Parts: sequence; C-alpha cells; structure tokens
Amino acid sequence: MDLILEGIKKAFWLLITFDHEVMGITLLSLQVSGIATLISLWIGISVGTAVALSRFPGRRIVVSLINTGMGLPPVVVGLFVTIFLWRNGPLGFFEILYTPTAMILAQTVIATPIVMGITLAAIQQLPQKLRLQILALGATRLQMVWILIKEAKLPLLAAVMAGFGGVISEVGASIMVGGNIKGYSRVLTTATVMETSRGNFDIAIALGIILLLLAYFINLVLTHIQQRERPR
Amino acid sequence: MTESAPILEAKNLEVKRGGTLVLDIPSLSLRKGEILSLIGPNGAGKTTLLQTLSYLLKPFQGEIFFREKKVGTNHPALEYRRKLAMVFQEPLLFGTTVFNNVASGLKIRGTVKSEIHSRVTEQLERFGIKHLSTRSARTLSGGEAQRTSLARAFALQPEILFLDEPFASLDPPTRSSIIEDLESVLQQTRTTTIFATHDRLEALRLSNRIAVMNGGGILQIGSPEEVMNHPANEFVASFVGIETILSGKVIKKDGGTFVASVSGQEVEAVGDNRLGEAVVLCVRPENVTLLTRPSQEGTSARNLFPGKIVKIVSLGLYQKIHLDCGFPLVAYVTNHSLEELSLTEGREVRASFKATAITVIKKVET
Repeated sequence: MDLILEGIKKAFWLLITFDHEVMGITLLSLQVSGIATLISLWIGISVGTAVALSRFPGRRIVVSLINTGMGLPPVVVGLFVTIFLWRNGPLGFFEILYTPTAMILAQTVIATPIVMGITLAAIQQLPQKLRLQILALGATRLQMVWILIKEAKLPLLAAVMAGFGGVISEVGASIMVGGNIKGYSRVLTTATVMETSRGNFDIAIALGIILLLLAYFINLVLTHIQQRERPR
Repeated sequence: MTESAPILEAKNLEVKRGGTLVLDIPSLSLRKGEILSLIGPNGAGKTTLLQTLSYLLKPFQGEIFFREKKVGTNHPALEYRRKLAMVFQEPLLFGTTVFNNVASGLKIRGTVKSEIHSRVTEQLERFGIKHLSTRSARTLSGGEAQRTSLARAFALQPEILFLDEPFASLDPPTRSSIIEDLESVLQQTRTTTIFATHDRLEALRLSNRIAVMNGGGILQIGSPEEVMNHPANEFVASFVGIETILSGKVIKKDGGTFVASVSGQEVEAVGDNRLGEAVVLCVRPENVTLLTRPSQEGTSARNLFPGKIVKIVSLGLYQKIHLDCGFPLVAYVTNHSLEELSLTEGREVRASFKATAITVIKKVET
C-alpha cells in the first residue's frame, strides 16, 4: 500500500512542479499524436467520403477492408513500419527509423482507417435524397461533397475523438519505430512502460495520470461541441 | 394569350433501370407560368420524370430543351440546374438555422450577401416563419420544416419549380394551411411549376393542366376539366374517379348557394363563389341517392339528374354504381337496395344529391 501512496504523492509533486522531463514527454506525445490525427483526418475524410458517395465494382471489399483496418493492432503496424523504414528496407533511404517522424507515420497508419470507417458510416447515414436536394439547389459536385461533410460534422467529431484516442494511448508501434529515446522519441506511453519495468512507480503513475487527463480534456471539449450541436 | 415558345420541352425521354423501362415520355412541354400536375399511384414514374426533367437523374435517353436550347449541349447542365428549384416530400434541411437554410441555395449560387438577406427575409415573411429564423432547423415541426423548404426554393426565384409530393407526409390541417400559402405565392409569382402528387384534389386546386401517369408513361394530359370529366381510359377513370369530381363554372348566384354549369348540366352547391368563377365540385359516392320511380318522397335534393347505369362493381358489402348523367357520377348502394330497385347495367335511373353534400374547391385563376 505504501508503494502506491508514495507513488501518488511523488506523482503530484512532479505534476505541480512542472517537472522538466515529464513536461517534455507530454509535449512530444501531444505533437506526435496531434499531427498524426490531423494527417489521418485529411486522408480518412477524403477517402471515406469518396467511397461513401461512389459505386464501383469491388466496393464491398474496400468497405470491409476499411472496417477491418479500424481494429488494426498497433504492434502489427509497428512491425511493418519498422520493416519498411529499416536501413535496407524499401523506404530505408529516408533514414527516419527511431525518430518522431517515424512515430507520426505509424500513428497515422493506425488512425486513418478509424477516421475513414467512421466518415464512411457518417456520410452514408445521410438521407439519399439530400444529395439530390443539394444538387437541385445548384451545387457543383465539389460544393455538394463539402455540404455533405458539414452535415455529417457531429459523427465526424466522433472520428476525431476515436482517432486521437487511439493513437495517444497506443504504445506498441511507438516503442518499435520510435525506440523510446530519452529526450527525443520518448512519449507518455513508452515512458510509462519503461518506468514501470524499472520499478519507478512514482514517475509511471504521474505519466499515467497525465495521459488520463489529456484524454479526458480533449474528449470533454469535443463532447461539449457535439452536445451543443445536438438536436433538442 | 399569345402563342409563345415553351419554357421547357422534353422529347423521347426514356429511363431504364436494371433493363426495364421505368420512364417513357415521347413528348412533354410546359409553357411559362403554367402549373402542371403529375398525378398517379406510387411507382407511376412521377418522381423519375421530375428528376429527369430537372437533370438530377442520369443517365437517360432523350432531349430536354430549356427556352429552346438543348440542355447539356447548348445549355450547360449546371447553369440549367441553377434556373430551377425543387422541393421534396422530406424537407431535407441542413443542420443550421432556418434563416441559413432558406439562404443556402442562394449561397451555393453565389448571390451577393445584401441580396441574400433581403430575399430570405421576404420568403420568411411570405411563408409565415420569420419568427423562427434563428431557430435550429432540427427543432422544427413537420409543417414548419416544409415551409422552410418551400421558402428556400422560392428564394431562388426559380424559372421552373419542381414539387415532388411536398405535402404527402403532413397531417391534414397543416397540409391545407401550407397549400393555401403555396397557392397564394404561386398566384403572386406566377412561377412555372411541375407538381407531382397522388392527391387529385391538390392537383385540381393548384394546376391548370393535369397529366395522369402510370407505368412510366403519361396516359392523359389536359385541362382539369378534360381529365376529370372525360377520362381517356379506364385506368384514368378509376384513378380520378374514386369519387365524383366535376369541373365547372358559376353561372347563377343566390345568397349562400350558387349554380354551376357542369358539362351543360346545372348543379347547385353551397358557397359564396363569384359569378364566372371556375370551381371544382366533389361528390362522395355515399351521398348520391338513386331513384327509379318518377316521384319519390323523402328527399330534399334539388340536384336531380337522369342518367344511365354504365357499370356496377361489387365491393362486398355494397355496390359501386357508375352512372353517365352527361358527366360521370359514382354512387354507392347497399346490396339490399340493388335488389329492391333492381338496378342493372344499362338501366335509366335518376340520381340526386344535396347541395350541401358537395365539397366546393375554388380554382386558382391563372
């Protein structure tokens, strides 16, 4: 019991004194996962919308692949990204393995299918005739797509939450492609794993609390927007 | 009225879905300011025709001309769509305020801001929804939502307005109050309109031409009088003749009643319609009494017409009698009366109905 109490006490100390190392780790976590989420939103929303609005042979297969991708295990992503970025791998010449860039890449691969799958579902659940109505109002195809995305903005906020939540808490891929290098590629999850294995429970608990708070605040903001926009 | 070129003309329209022809319209044209109703049962092809004419449904075969220019070749499709407006059965509003919804088409078409404001305000007032302008469209009732949808269409000042059963999902009181508003807006704006409905009374009330559709084709097209009083074939007759609907003109007036001339016969009805006004008279079959003997007591009916029984259809508990009194008339009698009066096809009878039993619909003057 002492172990936990001492840990929590020390954790709070680290938090309220804005410990240099802990803050650095937190900032990098936010950066890596934030950028990865932004990129995945860009790709996921455009491809998801395109698939939702078009009919082509093999569409079902594409849809089921996207849905499968939503549950992609991070370690598998980590494995393949590592292989690709390995010195003599196909993308080895970029020399980005064990850098934050590689982590962003891996997290983007994890978050993109999540955003894509939710976008696909969100656009598809809009009434079929809405598209005709928008065209009848005189919209070009591009205007129509933009209006549809705006109409689906509430479920799309869920895509942001799910995507970000997925990658900020992910550890397998980050540790594999980032290498958990102190002061360089160490993020909240990888640091927690390391400190726990070393028996430094105080730091591990502090990191864990930060991770929880981050996830909570970001979802709080998004939920607030979502609920404000909700029908009465 | 001067003979002018049609605003919209379609030639050899064909739409196939999964190998079957779902729309087959050899020719159709619409004059400026005209209100054409498409009536017919579900699946008749009304929606397909509207969506093809408005260039929303592709692919199709045939040609559409707008002001004598072929759409798609001489007239770009987008430019053509920007001259139209469409209102569907569902309001299909966006998740924003009523004001922004009414403004949405104008924004899409790139109208300048100051003009958007004045046009939107005008339509909000016209459809009685100005007090809702800042409300979220998601919180509206069905009637309010459909008013918003109509306002959005009229704000575009369309050259042709397409209405696809816009009142079908509204409750009767809401429906009639919206139709009243639409009627007066159409009268003011003289917007060329194509209106799909399965309600014959709506069609009669709003349009100056009616097309009866079934199986993807137009079975009959003509003035309400032609279609209602002289159906071209049995399908049209059965579709328009569920009850008797007569088209006529007021020729005499006396206090609260008037006499209308219907296909040369005089029909008395209750209403304060003006002399010379076009009216539509509806008589429900259960209100029509049949007499076989010269004088029969117990009836105060003044509308008494000699006629011939054209057809008798058994509806189980009662019989439906189709009469020809110079105009078609439908009556219901019980199985018992059928025997007692020994009614048979071809027999001469007299039909009567009370003046108060007639529903009078005022026609839109165009």
